[in-house]
Amino acid sequence: MRKHLLSIDDVSVADVEALFDTAAEMHDVQRRSVKKLPALRGRTVVNLFFEDSTRTRSSFEIAGKWLSADVINVSAKGSSVSKGESLRDTVLTVAAMGVDGLVIRHAASGAAQQVSQWTDAVVINAGDGMHEHPTQALLDAYTLQRRMGTLEDKHVAIVGDVTHSRVFRSNVLLLAKLGAHVTVVAPPTLMPAGVTAWSKDAGFETSYDLDSVLPDADAVMMLRVQRERMNGAYFPSAREYTVGYGLTRDRLATLKPDAPICHPGPMNRGLEIAADAADAAQSAVLDQVSAGVAIRMSVLYHLLAGEGSAT
Amino acid sequence: MSVDQLDHRLVIKGARILGGEPQDLYVDDGVLVAEAPSGASEIDADGLVALPGLVDLHTHLREPGREDAETVLTGSRAAALGGFTAVLAMANTSPVTDTAEAAERILDLGRLAGLVDVQPVGAVTRGLAGQELAELGLMARSRAKVRVFSDDGKCVHDPRVMRRALEYVRAFGGVISQHSQDPDLAGPTACCHEGELSGRLGLPGWPGIAEEVIVARDVMLARHTNSRVHVAHVSTAGSVEVIRWAKGQGIDVTAEVTPHHLLLTTDLLAGFDPVYKVNPPLRPDEDVAALRDALADGTIDAVATDHAPHARHDKEHAFVDAAFGMLGLETALSVVSEVMVTSGAMTWSDVARVMSQNPARIAGLDGHGGTLSVGQPANLTLVDPAAIVVVDRAASASLSRNNPWHDRKLTGAVVATVLRGVPTVLDSRLLEK
Repeated sequence: MRKHLLSIDDVSVADVEALFDTAAEMHDVQRRSVKKLPALRGRTVVNLFFEDSTRTRSSFEIAGKWLSADVINVSAKGSSVSKGESLRDTVLTVAAMGVDGLVIRHAASGAAQQVSQWTDAVVINAGDGMHEHPTQALLDAYTLQRRMGTLEDKHVAIVGDVTHSRVFRSNVLLLAKLGAHVTVVAPPTLMPAGVTAWSKDAGFETSYDLDSVLPDADAVMMLRVQRERMNGAYFPSAREYTVGYGLTRDRLATLKPDAPICHPGPMNRGLEIAADAADAAQSAVLDQVSAGVAIRMSVLYHLLAGEGSAT
Repeated sequence: MSVDQLDHRLVIKGARILGGEPQDLYVDDGVLVAEAPSGASEIDADGLVALPGLVDLHTHLREPGREDAETVLTGSRAAALGGFTAVLAMANTSPVTDTAEAAERILDLGRLAGLVDVQPVGAVTRGLAGQELAELGLMARSRAKVRVFSDDGKCVHDPRVMRRALEYVRAFGGVISQHSQDPDLAGPTACCHEGELSGRLGLPGWPGIAEEVIVARDVMLARHTNSRVHVAHVSTAGSVEVIRWAKGQGIDVTAEVTPHHLLLTTDLLAGFDPVYKVNPPLRPDEDVAALRDALADGTIDAVATDHAPHARHDKEHAFVDAAFGMLGLETALSVVSEVMVTSGAMTWSDVARVMSQNPARIAGLDGHGGTLSVGQPANLTLVDPAAIVVVDRAASASLSRNNPWHDRKLTGAVVATVLRGVPTVLDSRLLEK
């Protein structure tokens, strides 16, 4: 495994298998009454968050604590530009305190990669702008694999605000790695620039028509849509978005009954996902959250602990 | 070569004038003369090409306001080393060059440095705010005789303001140099050519169309006002098409391209290194090819550096937050030599046209952009066309280090620069009074 986890490009299929195996062990630990493992005792992990986050930060925090690492949360919200301090200075200041792992969340694409060039600490990307969110993709694939047995030759639909989504960018890389077929569904305005060339090169499909894609899907990932997007003229209204691209009750009926429904959260119930779909038996939303802790324990363990069994 | 005494009498031995057959050049009292003056210093120019001193239409010298990034003096040093005898200093300093007094101050700082003629560019609008015209006429009447006006860094977006500016500068033969960027199509965070790479990286896209719609609008405004517009740092094939069409219609439009847009491409952004962040952004191969063709066929009139020094800490932000711009003065000639001359697309005479004669004509600079003929001011540059340069950012005379050419091997180097008969650079080293 490479030193840092900045992008899904940093992990091989073998790495993913190892991460999932360890995550499964960690998942069992989560069910114990005493959850603490000694694996990262004496190691210090800083969650350096330049952007608000509740679920990802708490997930990393719990993961670190259950592995006995000393976990410190540093919120550096507000652009360092306006504070007159460069990103490099902020990072070097935190790293100089003696940090083994830096978990970085930043509103700018590429921030984690830049940070990894400035510090000796292990850098884990907890979401960089619209670029990537590798632990989210790992937990999504892990969840799907546990539900479906395998991702090989499965058809996964990713639906919604694709162009602004780091979850999409990490998932499309990882799902391809694991042998799944991906169809990306969005209105033309929410497709990434150059997606025609990219999809051809990377081997995924694109569609503007959710109704034609859903019946064939073995799993569906709904992406969060920010309501403010209509101010950028991406779509006319929330109502129109839901009619075109929402996982409504009517559409739920066209989905295979065992096809897992994923959503990275937080959900806009009634906009991109109806309550019936979010709470359906086939919804995997809460499984994703619990898998998130196991996957982040696994990532921290593999990047920060020495050799040997985790449990 | 050596110069024992730096006076205004020179014999330059065996220079290939504009790439032609070797012959001697004689300088007396700062002017090119027909016969060797007595007691002249000798410069051995065997194998070197003599060009009229280079003129840069687009330089950021950062003084006043950001003297930690560059000053008129340090920028002048970089310019002289790059073979320039005149540079136009952009107006986006702090305070902005939007008054006669501010323009005269830049002129005077340039004279004090004494290495190149520093000609101020005036702002089009007060404070670069895009709303009210700056005092264009007072700047034109000042000692600085400002003729080029630009809000560079920002686009004069309001079509009414652009129209009035074009009309107004006709009274004194001015020209508006436009930074063509529709701010709605490419907003303040736009930083990566919009295309497959921006889609993959999730970087805010800066689409070519945001440039092209402004270029198209401005050539029509230039036709309507019967005035003169200059397109700064053209970066796309679409803009080239519009300019080619406009010239065919007889519209008074000129255009410049930067060295970096002639060679560097958008794929360099894949590593998120802010040294490659520039405005307009680096474009794909097909745009680069169109720009080279347009420079060779005369659709693009000039090469201009857009030399944009930045303090290190202003580049050490996340990519979206880091400052736009890259150094260019010291490497421009080598890049043009590598890309256009070594490839056979242009001759040295063409280089003289796009790096000296056309820029001087566009800017209305007397005494620059000559033909190295007897009677003209002795502003000239000697180039070794065979020299291999490996760019070292640490060796730069600029105060800044945001140099995208670092470690790159280029063919062709400036050996000497002469300003009105006085060598400012010899043996590729600076000579200061």
